[in-house]
Amino acid sequence: MNRIISKDRLAEGIVDLRVEAPVIARKRKAGQFILLRIDETGERIPLTIVDSNPEEGSIRLIIQEVGKTTYSLGELEAGDSIKDIAGPLGKATHIENFGTVVCIGGGIGVAPVYPIAAAMKEAGNRVISIIGARNHDLMIMEEDMKKVSDRLVVATDDGSYGIHGFVTDALQSLIDEGLKIDLVVAIGPVPMMKFTSLLAKKNNLPTIVSLNSVMVDGTGMCGGCRVSVGGKSKFVCVDGPEFDGHEVDYDELTMRQSAYHDMEKEAMDIYHKCKIGRDGEDK
Amino acid sequence: MADEPKKIPDVTKKTVKPKKPKIPRQKMPEQEPLIRAHNFEEVPYGYSIETAMIEASRCIMCKKPKCIHGCPVGIDIPGFIREIRDGNLKKAARIMKQSNALPAICGRVCPQEEQCEIVCVVGIKQEPVAIGRLERFIADWERDQGEIEIPEIAPSTGRKVAIVGAGPAGLTVAGELAKLGHQVTVFEALHKPGGVLMYGIPEFRLPKAIVEAEVDYVRQLGVEFVYNAVIGKYFTLDELMEEEGFHSIFIGSGAGLPYFMNIPGENLIGVYSANEYLTRSNLMKAYDFPNYDTPIIRSKKVAVIGGGNVAMDSARTALRLGADDVYLVYRRSRVEMPARDEEIHHAEEEGIDFRLLTNPIKINGDENGRVKSMTCIKMELGEPDASGRRRPVPIEGSEYEVEVDTVVVAIGNGANPLLPEATPELKTNKWGNILAEDETGLTSMKGIYAGGDIVIGAATVILAMGAGKSASKAMNEYLMSLDV
Ligand SMILES: Cc1cc2nc3c(=O)[nH]c(=O)nc-3n(C[C@H](O)[C@H](O)[C@H](O)COP(=O)(O)OP(=O)(O)OC[C@H]3O[C@@H](n4cnc5c(N)ncnc54)[C@H](O)[C@@H]3O)c2cc1C
Ligand SMILES: Cc1cc2nc3c(=O)[nH]c(=O)nc-3n(C[C@H](O)[C@H](O)[C@H](O)COP(=O)(O)OP(=O)(O)OC[C@H]3O[C@@H](n4cnc5c(N)ncnc54)[C@H](O)[C@@H]3O)c2cc1C
Ligand code: SF4
Ligand code: FES
Repeated sequence: MNRIISKDRLAEGIVDLRVEAPVIARKRKAGQFILLRIDETGERIPLTIVDSNPEEGSIRLIIQEVGKTTYSLGELEAGDSIKDIAGPLGKATHIENFGTVVCIGGGIGVAPVYPIAAAMKEAGNRVISIIGARNHDLMIMEEDMKKVSDRLVVATDDGSYGIHGFVTDALQSLIDEGLKIDLVVAIGPVPMMKFTSLLAKKNNLPTIVSLNSVMVDGTGMCGGCRVSVGGKSKFVCVDGPEFDGHEVDYDELTMRQSAYHDMEKEAMDIYHKCKIGRDGEDK
Repeated sequence: MADEPKKIPDVTKKTVKPKKPKIPRQKMPEQEPLIRAHNFEEVPYGYSIETAMIEASRCIMCKKPKCIHGCPVGIDIPGFIREIRDGNLKKAARIMKQSNALPAICGRVCPQEEQCEIVCVVGIKQEPVAIGRLERFIADWERDQGEIEIPEIAPSTGRKVAIVGAGPAGLTVAGELAKLGHQVTVFEALHKPGGVLMYGIPEFRLPKAIVEAEVDYVRQLGVEFVYNAVIGKYFTLDELMEEEGFHSIFIGSGAGLPYFMNIPGENLIGVYSANEYLTRSNLMKAYDFPNYDTPIIRSKKVAVIGGGNVAMDSARTALRLGADDVYLVYRRSRVEMPARDEEIHHAEEEGIDFRLLTNPIKINGDENGRVKSMTCIKMELGEPDASGRRRPVPIEGSEYEVEVDTVVVAIGNGANPLLPEATPELKTNKWGNILAEDETGLTSMKGIYAGGDIVIGAATVILAMGAGKSASKAMNEYLMSLDV
């Protein structure tokens, strides 16, 4: 069993867990993820390994509450356990000294971009990071990102903090500064990755994105996570999760992510009803 | 005859030794097709003790039994059948377990009609002895007694063995080596043991409680299981040998790589590989959504593509998940179908609509990217191909569209490349199957053995177990040759 060592809330709807997983803590590399199953009736969901502490034998997971499983994770407290954690899965990020790397995280995407920024920095790159959120309250991991970046740009959609605009606007201003960029790494909601890649492409910047398709086994056995990249079907769990941002069929990814929307909603409705029932009893 | 217990029913008394038994092969009662098509409970109910004893009495206990040679793990078939006939059920179970640690599984899923039963001499003039049904009976009987006999375990040898994959191949090696006193740990990628038995073969054909019970037997032999351990990622083979202290490794990682057809529309919502469809339903219990969290599309019209057991299982699962119409689309004709006769028959009885000599060429979606239909072309059989089966050729101009909301692709599985990719020294053939010696399972790496689907390609449970059995012999010799 994987015991939760600590729990924090980083923002409304975003939880930060440190979970016991000694072998994974030793083995994991930037860009890899785990699949967890919260309990016996749970679904297997993928989450990025944001960080690890091999001495303590723990990994760090940052979770945005969007549905039944992620809300249930948000309810767990230190001392509780997660039934199954499998990992580290997926190919590790290709890390080398590229020169200047711009690491962009949008929303919850800051969590998965953080370990990559850290590894890029460690490899001697000049790391410039852009992190974005809808508003200041939803901005996460600013301090973490600062530590691994030579320069950090923050942006909010509503202008409540940092640059007023999207992360693409921030990237545009870096380009306008005449900065020589060797690689862009962009992780966040699909539209954000799509438009970042388009902007990068216009400026001939190589771009890596990390895809979040629906997964089951995470070992290449089911093909449920497949996405078209460069016109070929790729399994995100084993061939990815990172791909050349200029080759990904983002519209297909968005479409495939919506496969179970009606059932997810149904599960959430039942979850809310149970919660209300239970909380009512507590009083 | 002196040692015959009294409780034997009369009917068998007369027929203990006839040269030409007149008793017909005993049927297993089954759930009615139209009822069972809507539930996940097991289809056949199994023999009662009385029926089993009658069926056992049909065996003429050949001096040179052909059936044993037909069995890939060489079960002493007349030996256990004799004990059933004589009512010594405990003894029958013991004989069975000597050569097969998973009899309740094999009794249900083995193609006996091509193995032991096809060579049974009774089958020359009549229907063969129902060996598979008796195997199932005796395994179920023992489990129902609540006390499973654990054989003697040899004293500890001090040798540690790692097994990759808890499918039938890995479980067999684990059980055999544990009995010999080796310390065995099974590393399984998923959160449950069993391999295809757990994630692939549906509940109505192989109840998961039975898989768990037979795995539990292996556990009671002293085998340790580590789940969620994807070898190649969690530990590499080198790490297992050098850092984790294992002296030898068996790889039984199966044929877990789904093939797709590479036709337009294959990434639309509603197109599944059979592996995904069955894994969602079996392993993740999506059929019990929302009690279980994993969803599966609630289909009304489903096309399953393929003609093997996997296709039959997918089609019958679709029905049980609530589909009104399920088409089985296969490009050759019925005689070329690789599925077991019994499975084809069950599928037909339940109302699966067979569209033979038909090949899909395109899947069409609606504005939300969901499957709405499939375009097919009719086929005819031409000259035989390399496999000896007549090659299907498209009939020009015969395209037509079938309205469906779900397509399940069940055209086969290749070797999963994850482990070989993480282990460059491990030699594979051009299809990605691990190269291993026939007799021993030895791979290109010292002390590392492999068997089952990862070596021979998608095959059968019993062949995987047979490979596990021969590898365990070789591994035992290797282990005992080491100075520890
Ligand atoms: C490689 C990878 C890394 C990820 N890393 C993170 C992370 O670090 N932090 C984080 O908050 N989220 C991450 N995600 C997304 C996370 O897996 C989903 O938010 C989660 O599965 C939602 O589950 P749910 O039951 O709470 O919501 P649901 O209501 O079930 O689903 C909400 C949406 O999440 C997606 N989703 C649902 N089920 C799955 C599934 N089994 N696999 C993948 N996606 C699914 C679908 O797009 C769905 O529409 C990652 C996804 C991938 C593929
Ligand atoms: C739907 C379906 C129906 C079938 N019906 C029948 C039937 O009726 N009769 C019959 O005889 N055969 C049937 N088969 C075939 C049979 O199930 C297989 O031939 C058999 O299970 C192969 O056994 P195996 O041990 O080689 O591999 P599997 O059963 O495939 O087991 C391999 C195990 O290894 C695990 N694994 C893989 N990679 C790793 C890794 N890197 N690290 C750790 N673990 C790993 C997998 O998760 C899996 O649990 C069917 C197959 C399918 C898919
Ligand atoms: S071949 Fe048939 S009759 Fe002969 S021993 Fe085997 S099961 Fe009995
Ligand atoms: S999640 Fe099953 S193949 Fe990727």
